Amino acid sequence: MKPILEVKNMTMDFGGLRAIDSLDLYINKGEIVALIGPNGAGKTTFFNCITGIYTPTSGDVLINPQGKQERINGLKTNIVTRKGLARTFQNIRLFTSMTVLENVMVGCHAVTHTGVMGAIFRGKSTLAEEKFIVEKSYEILKKIGLEKYVDELAVNLPYGAQRLLEIARAMATDPFLLLLDEPAAGMNPQETAELDELILKIRDNEGISILLIEHDMKLVMSLSERIYVVDYGKKIGEGVPEEIRNNPVVIKAYLGEEIDA
Amino acid sequence: MTAKDEIKKSFLASIWFMFLTFPLMVIKVNTVTDTVEWRWHNMVLVGIGAFFLSMLWRYLLKRQADGSKKEKKEGPGIIQRLLQKKELTLPGIIIIGCFTLLFPHIFSMYQTNIMISALIYVMLGLGLNIVIGLAGLLDLGYVAFFAVGAYSYALLNLHYGVVFWIALPLGGLLAALFGIILGYPVLRLRGDYLAIVTLGFGEIIRLVLENWNEFSFGPSGIANIPKPGLPGTDLSLQGSTIFIFYIIVALVIFTIFVINRLENSRIGRAWIALKDDEIACQSMGINKAKTKLRAFALGATWAGMGGVVFAAKTTFINPASFTIWESVIILCTVVLGGMGSIAGVISGALLLILLPEYLRDFGQFRMITFGAVLVLMMVFRPGGMIENVRKTYKFEKN
Ligand SMILES: Nc1ncnc2c1ncn2[C@@H]1O[C@H](COP(=O)(O)OP(=O)(O)O)[C@@H](O)[C@H]1O
Ligand SMILES: [Mg+2]
Repeated sequence: MKPILEVKNMTMDFGGLRAIDSLDLYINKGEIVALIGPNGAGKTTFFNCITGIYTPTSGDVLINPQGKQERINGLKTNIVTRKGLARTFQNIRLFTSMTVLENVMVGCHAVTHTGVMGAIFRGKSTLAEEKFIVEKSYEILKKIGLEKYVDELAVNLPYGAQRLLEIARAMATDPFLLLLDEPAAGMNPQETAELDELILKIRDNEGISILLIEHDMKLVMSLSERIYVVDYGKKIGEGVPEEIRNNPVVIKAYLGEEIDA
Repeated sequence: MTAKDEIKKSFLASIWFMFLTFPLMVIKVNTVTDTVEWRWHNMVLVGIGAFFLSMLWRYLLKRQADGSKKEKKEGPGIIQRLLQKKELTLPGIIIIGCFTLLFPHIFSMYQTNIMISALIYVMLGLGLNIVIGLAGLLDLGYVAFFAVGAYSYALLNLHYGVVFWIALPLGGLLAALFGIILGYPVLRLRGDYLAIVTLGFGEIIRLVLENWNEFSFGPSGIANIPKPGLPGTDLSLQGSTIFIFYIIVALVIFTIFVINRLENSRIGRAWIALKDDEIACQSMGINKAKTKLRAFALGATWAGMGGVVFAAKTTFINPASFTIWESVIILCTVVLGGMGSIAGVISGALLLILLPEYLRDFGQFRMITFGAVLVLMMVFRPGGMIENVRKTYKFEKN
């Protein structure tokens, strides 16, 4: 079967700066894949290109959620989300004036339909849908372990919980692939360990494949089935954790002392 | 910062103010005797005044800073708590309802008319609240939609004899259409840029109305716009004023009802998401363009209907009623009351429109007071008088 995400020869230029340089990447169904590299390597830009926030200068992004491959580069962000790619942000972007529950409820937007008239008249189908949204959102919060915060304003959450809420919100869009941008950044070791478990659970119980950008090597090595290493927008290594650990180019460019992690 | 520093800063501020106001406050040319009067005592007053105001300002700022350091999430204020009390809702509605029903019979026609104006502003404020308070789009040309509504009724009535009851929804629809027409080209703009373009749009509408004589009768405006009638009855002047009062009350209730439902729906959440973070909002599968256009159109609708009522109430309209200042006042009602909060916007509008009416002497300082109050609000209570509180949901916690 074709991979659920296949990126072919992607390049992204910002004026004279080549942030991504002919990158190839694929993810099979059910995989947890990590994308690592030093700061400024182009990892976040890569996410932005896949999700339609930027349009890549060249290259192809193909998805294949149900056995039919489909090109998605050039599509708008909201369409990409509806096709089943959800993401979190490295610099947390929660809806700050809304409660935790409402943040997740917004995530349900893509899978619901109530329009202006439906909202005003609040008929049977609207009420049913609203109930569905609330229950689904609460379910997700329970899975992520944030249910004690339901009615709290999102900004008042501790940092680690905000990162988790980003994941919860992304899951509400019913993705087949979750793109996590440094989910453990700012978390303490205890929280990181819990995150490790949580990501596994999301993959195993929800059947959502995962592409992960992360600097925490312990987390990356324990979670991922395959790892891509980028530097200056170029792929400099790819393989299972063992191979990456022993790849001299990668060690030189990035891992350095952390090789024993 | 030490107290000495504070005093020094305030002292400098007062000297600066004395210097600034020197030509205005101190020098006076007596044109009769051709002499210059030096009013030094004014300078002393300015100096002392500026010094104390500056101290006060600093004190408040300091308190503000201390407050935000201590506890960021103090619970909802007293008014919110009252609003949230379920057992107070029904009596509250009954009291306000009775008062409103009896209002035109207790008070004079003059006061009823003022109240009608104030309620029109409530409607405008609630409409603008969708655009600014919920969707976060800074629209400074909102009065244009008010004009569209008023002129729709005036012109449709003049040329085709369209009656108030048909013009009311039509005015709303036309305004919504204009909302989309304005919204479309500004889809990519945000913040200040959006504010400038919408401001320009408002002025364009006014200038067109002022100069296109064949269409809108220019600055002389349109007179003899009929008041709304009840089929089969002939209302006296007093009767029709009371009738309009009840119409606008009904419309305000309708507006509150609709906006409340929109706010707590999929559509409303999309607006707030858009305001909070455009990129995250799109990443949730929300169509940015559609969401913005919806906000512009639904916001404009209320202004359009308000315009129809306004035309019917005054029976005469001309472009002078639709200047940028109207937009500013409507904006003030939203900001002062509390962006995104229905109760806040209502009290903001009532306060801003009724106060100047009853404090007539105060009239010439109205704009200055508005400005001062807004600046103070922004610094010390950015959420407005009645801050918006998000809805919470009940669960069987299992
Ligand atoms: N919108 C942009 N305009 C110009 N340069 C950008 C833009 N976004 C990212 N870059 C540049 O692209 C490079 C990669 O950035 P980024 O993807 O954020 O790195 P990473 O996430 O791997 O730390 C950096 O040099 C950054 O300055
Ligand atoms: Mg990054």
